[in-house]
Amino acid sequence: MPTGASASAADAGGLFGRRLLFVTGKGGTGKTSIAAAIALAASRTGRRVLAVEMDAKGSLPTMLGAARTEYEPVAVAPNLSVMSMDTESSLREYLRIHLRIPFVARLGPLAGVFDFVADAAPGVKEILGVGKVAWEVREQRWDLVVVDSEASGHVVSQIASPRVINRLVPGGPLASQTKWMLDILEDPARTGVVVVSTTEELAVTETTSLVDRLRTETGTALAAVVVNRTDTPVDPAIVELVAGLDEREIDADRRAALAVVRGAIARAEEARTALADLAGIAGSAPVFVIPDLVAPDPDDASIVSSIADVLALPSDSDSESA
Amino acid sequence: MTSRAMFDEARLVLVCGSGGTGKTTTAAGLGLAAARQGRKVLVITVDPARRLAQALGLGDSVRNDEHEVDDPAVPASGGRLTVTMLDTKAGWDDLVRRHAPDAASAERVLSNGLYANITARFVNSHDYIAMERLHDLDRDDRFDLVVVDTPPSRNALDLLDAPRRMREFFSGRLLRWLTLPYRSRALTLASKPFLQIADRLLGARFLTQIAEFFTLLQAMEPGFVRRAAEVEATLTNPATRCVVVAAPEPASATEAEFLVAELARRGMHAALVVANKVVIAPHVAHGALAGAGAPWDAIATIVESQERIASRHAATIARLATMPVPLVVVPRASVGAGDNAPASGLEAVVAALGAHDVPNASGTGPVSGSGPGG
Repeated sequence: MPTGASASAADAGGLFGRRLLFVTGKGGTGKTSIAAAIALAASRTGRRVLAVEMDAKGSLPTMLGAARTEYEPVAVAPNLSVMSMDTESSLREYLRIHLRIPFVARLGPLAGVFDFVADAAPGVKEILGVGKVAWEVREQRWDLVVVDSEASGHVVSQIASPRVINRLVPGGPLASQTKWMLDILEDPARTGVVVVSTTEELAVTETTSLVDRLRTETGTALAAVVVNRTDTPVDPAIVELVAGLDEREIDADRRAALAVVRGAIARAEEARTALADLAGIAGSAPVFVIPDLVAPDPDDASIVSSIADVLALPSDSDSESA
Repeated sequence: MTSRAMFDEARLVLVCGSGGTGKTTTAAGLGLAAARQGRKVLVITVDPARRLAQALGLGDSVRNDEHEVDDPAVPASGGRLTVTMLDTKAGWDDLVRRHAPDAASAERVLSNGLYANITARFVNSHDYIAMERLHDLDRDDRFDLVVVDTPPSRNALDLLDAPRRMREFFSGRLLRWLTLPYRSRALTLASKPFLQIADRLLGARFLTQIAEFFTLLQAMEPGFVRRAAEVEATLTNPATRCVVVAAPEPASATEAEFLVAELARRGMHAALVVANKVVIAPHVAHGALAGAGAPWDAIATIVESQERIASRHAATIARLATMPVPLVVVPRASVGAGDNAPASGLEAVVAALGAHDVPNASGTGPVSGSGPGG
């Protein structure tokens, strides 16, 4: 709505103006759709964008219209490429670039051993993932790298992994690489975390604890909170009329309809309270409110484009979260 | 089979599902329903206990130790409801003390610099400790039903596989190789290229530290292996039941189908599928509000929008009902909605599970639990 327009457009600009965004949130909040939408919306502003899928489930490429992706980025739209993280490929690349160990043709039994060490040695797997995206930022082939990260808990270990490695193995070759990674990860002008929430109570709680952990365990800034699937407020005129209706004077169909409207009013009220809480958690970071977009199928890729429109266009996020 | 009969026969209930489906609420609801039926129930969560407490309406009062839930309907039945959360660190410490050959070696492991970091991560350590704890609770006669709120579904499989992986890890070549003295390890031909890479990647000092730690751990092998096999047996025991929670959306249904198939493959028993937060079609006859003027025109728009969501949900539920596991439909809760809507997600689950027979889902069409659609 017109009042919040300029602030929201500026917020979107601030978000897309960074170089690296980690998108995370409680499972089921729709973080992958939001990551895809941010990548799409940013690419439409002319920025060269790389979208990275961390868990190799294939949902991010699907939402962006790619059949499937590999470790090598694939272009899916003008200015927009997508890749899937693979720690083994990341390790090979790392060995080649940083340690000048040539391409290991067959990792063979080594792969198993590597898996084991990566499992046993804290932070190794995480740093190979986070190191790769930081490397893409450092190489400046993209204006923005958007990472569809793992759900809440894991993202903190991922972002904090250079710190962990540094503490555990000071002086090791891997540790010596952590400095440039931390320079990128802990620069609020370049890197930020986008936390996706819904207005459900448990999602709000998880958002609170995630934002706390980001502050205490990492040096990476909160870039934005995106509130997905927000119930739209019911027209105040209807709320008033409904309150004035006498149930004894209406038929069963109308009574049932009334119950539906009361449900919608109650949910909108819950959403309003949750939005106020989320605005408090976000502090100075902007809050983007995405309405509950009723698509015939929520897995439909078209929803990504709709969310991208909401993110890029003026919305009433500020007036609602105030 | 009724859901009550399912509780009566079960000793352990694992609540699985993808994120955001309401697993924690369902676990809490299952526990509460069973406690109100007179069972002595423990609900354990692998998430911070705070969320479980929140689902039970207990505010912030629950800490991570055991906490008894004060529900007015429970004492009359002779039941009891206790909630707790998993403490991975304490779980590992216990395990080390139990399996170490003597107190001195236990202390050496516990004071190893890498111990805390490694136990927090290696071989899905969290999952293994959860399984260990479950095994203990299975023998704890203070409770006759233990309900577990597991991590999201792909992780739930890691959880279920954790005992096997722990067993394989201990009997594997890897551990033997790592725990060889450093010098003879370097001479092992097959490991040369790896050692070279690992050294350059991590530094020899780090590898030595890891090896030291695992050498200590290896002394505990027999205890660990025996124990892991017992935990595996508990999981496939017929008194261990799994409840799969799904949201009424296609992606979540796909995940639920995947989970049910994977559980069967592991010889585990999926007892129930719970379709949670289902929007029920309004009981408004088609066209009943047409041309009725204000405010009914505007109200009709809101009703139509709910009808669209309800029909989408009904299609997913029809799909869930074709699985060879009974289905319970839990309607979406709404505070203050009036009429038949349950007041909270928790009460919605309790009502759907406690009050109704769970039909055999081999039939066709959606089956309804309770609430406005029942």
